[in-house]
Amino acid sequence: MSERTLRGKVAIAGVGETTYYRHGQSPDAEFKLALQAILAACRDAGIDPREVDGFASYGDDRSDGPRLAASLGIRELRFSNMHWGGGGGGVAAAVANAGAAVHSGMANCVIAFRSLAQGQFARYGRSRTGAAAVGDDAFLAPYGLMSPAQRFAMKITRFMTDHGIRHEALRAIAMASYHHAQNNPNAVMRGRPLTEEKYDASRWIIEPFHRLFDCCQENDGAGAVLVVPADRAKDLPHKPVYLLGAAQGGHHRSAAPVHNAPDYASAHFKTVAKNLWEMARLGPQDCDVVQAYENFTGGVLLSLVEHGFVDPARANEQLVLENLLVGGTGTMPMNTSGGNLAECYMHGLEMVNEAVRQLRGTAINQVAGANVVAVLGGPMVTPVSSLVVGTEAAL
Amino acid sequence: MSTTTNRVLPEGLPAPSQDGLARPYWDGTRQGRLVIQKCRGCGRHQWGPEWVCHRCHSFDLGWEEVAPRGRIWSWQRPHHPVHPALNGHTPYTIVLVELPHADGVRMVGNLICAPDAPVTIGAEVEAVFEPHDEADPPYTLVQWRVRGG
Repeated sequence: MSERTLRGKVAIAGVGETTYYRHGQSPDAEFKLALQAILAACRDAGIDPREVDGFASYGDDRSDGPRLAASLGIRELRFSNMHWGGGGGGVAAAVANAGAAVHSGMANCVIAFRSLAQGQFARYGRSRTGAAAVGDDAFLAPYGLMSPAQRFAMKITRFMTDHGIRHEALRAIAMASYHHAQNNPNAVMRGRPLTEEKYDASRWIIEPFHRLFDCCQENDGAGAVLVVPADRAKDLPHKPVYLLGAAQGGHHRSAAPVHNAPDYASAHFKTVAKNLWEMARLGPQDCDVVQAYENFTGGVLLSLVEHGFVDPARANEQLVLENLLVGGTGTMPMNTSGGNLAECYMHGLEMVNEAVRQLRGTAINQVAGANVVAVLGGPMVTPVSSLVVGTEAAL
Repeated sequence: MSTTTNRVLPEGLPAPSQDGLARPYWDGTRQGRLVIQKCRGCGRHQWGPEWVCHRCHSFDLGWEEVAPRGRIWSWQRPHHPVHPALNGHTPYTIVLVELPHADGVRMVGNLICAPDAPVTIGAEVEAVFEPHDEADPPYTLVQWRVRGG
């Protein structure tokens, strides 16, 4: 039996993104943003948009595939896929689902994308008012537990307390994103650098580990990547970026109701990371760059630990700013375009685009000779997902 | 068990829908009793309410009263008001309480304490039933306070 894997079978041939905006600032409708990003990805790949035959997304994206296919005059739609789960837990999975469709022969040319104009619809950080709380929320909302930050905060409290990890470790994660964003013309937080003093003086969102700068922005924009068979990518304009490993899901009952996951103080990557490294035949030590989704900095800590990048016993020494920056003495350059915190909260799709730029050698904060990049999707939800991508040298 | 009319959070937050699956829990709280699912197949507790026992897949799920005590498994203290009703009423404290005598199920509630009181993981807590009699339909929340505190 041939090995069942996506390793080296498919490639990202094009990336596209819109201008990124603060929430409510986009002059364009959310669906138009999706179209702009998709067309940009096709242009980047040198592929006629009418050749696209599939769409994969996540986070309950409102720009549905069939409608996109109609708008773009797609000749034949062969793959339409929405990954379960809200937020950015599915970002890497959407790319992998596109890859699986391409590798299996179900489709030839699939767009994975995310479009989000939070100003035009409900915002994540404000609770809806009025209605009675149903399902899980009946046991949470009456106690004032309603926002994403609040849903995850108690995981972080427990993990950091158990391991004696200081808030300064989270500050370094936030500062790395802001630092890298300062060179990025499309970063929403360009021109607004973050210092230790500014971070320490920022208001509490939630004690004991969520200051304002530990929490992501809310933004408007869209991002897209175009996934094709590996063989085809070789004939396209850019250096192919191969999918080396992909995994999604969650560990035993990680989605148990009312905060009853048996292994609760987790980002839910424990089994996913194992499967990821197995498919990639690589480990954290092989990665030149890490893109780690920040919904909240505490979630980044958990993701890094569960993927083996950080040892909880050494987190206070490993998670220092110098270690996370491009161009210095750091061993783990992270969120090199500014990430969700400071480039744009495009539910992590912006991190996939940045991984591709790093591997093409065209990133603004380029890690010299980068051949392998890990993209860790939104943590602490279920399903979560992550991705390893690499150049031909990594195959 | 005790009751109080001093509420932890202001009026105006969403009321729980006391729907079919969770009905015995909400009925219990109205009587000052903590009643959760216990499988008649394998005899183990589970929470929140489910249609099937996640251990033995029995659909024969009973409801039993458990001692309204536990220990703090984790906590958080929100400062940012995410709902208009919370404007001017932050910070407040949310705890995740583990019930070791009920197979370690966990419940979420507020800790009755000063806004700057230290919170200790592992601290023993007891339930305080908080009736909302004027609501339509009426309901009772389960809050927590440190035992002997």
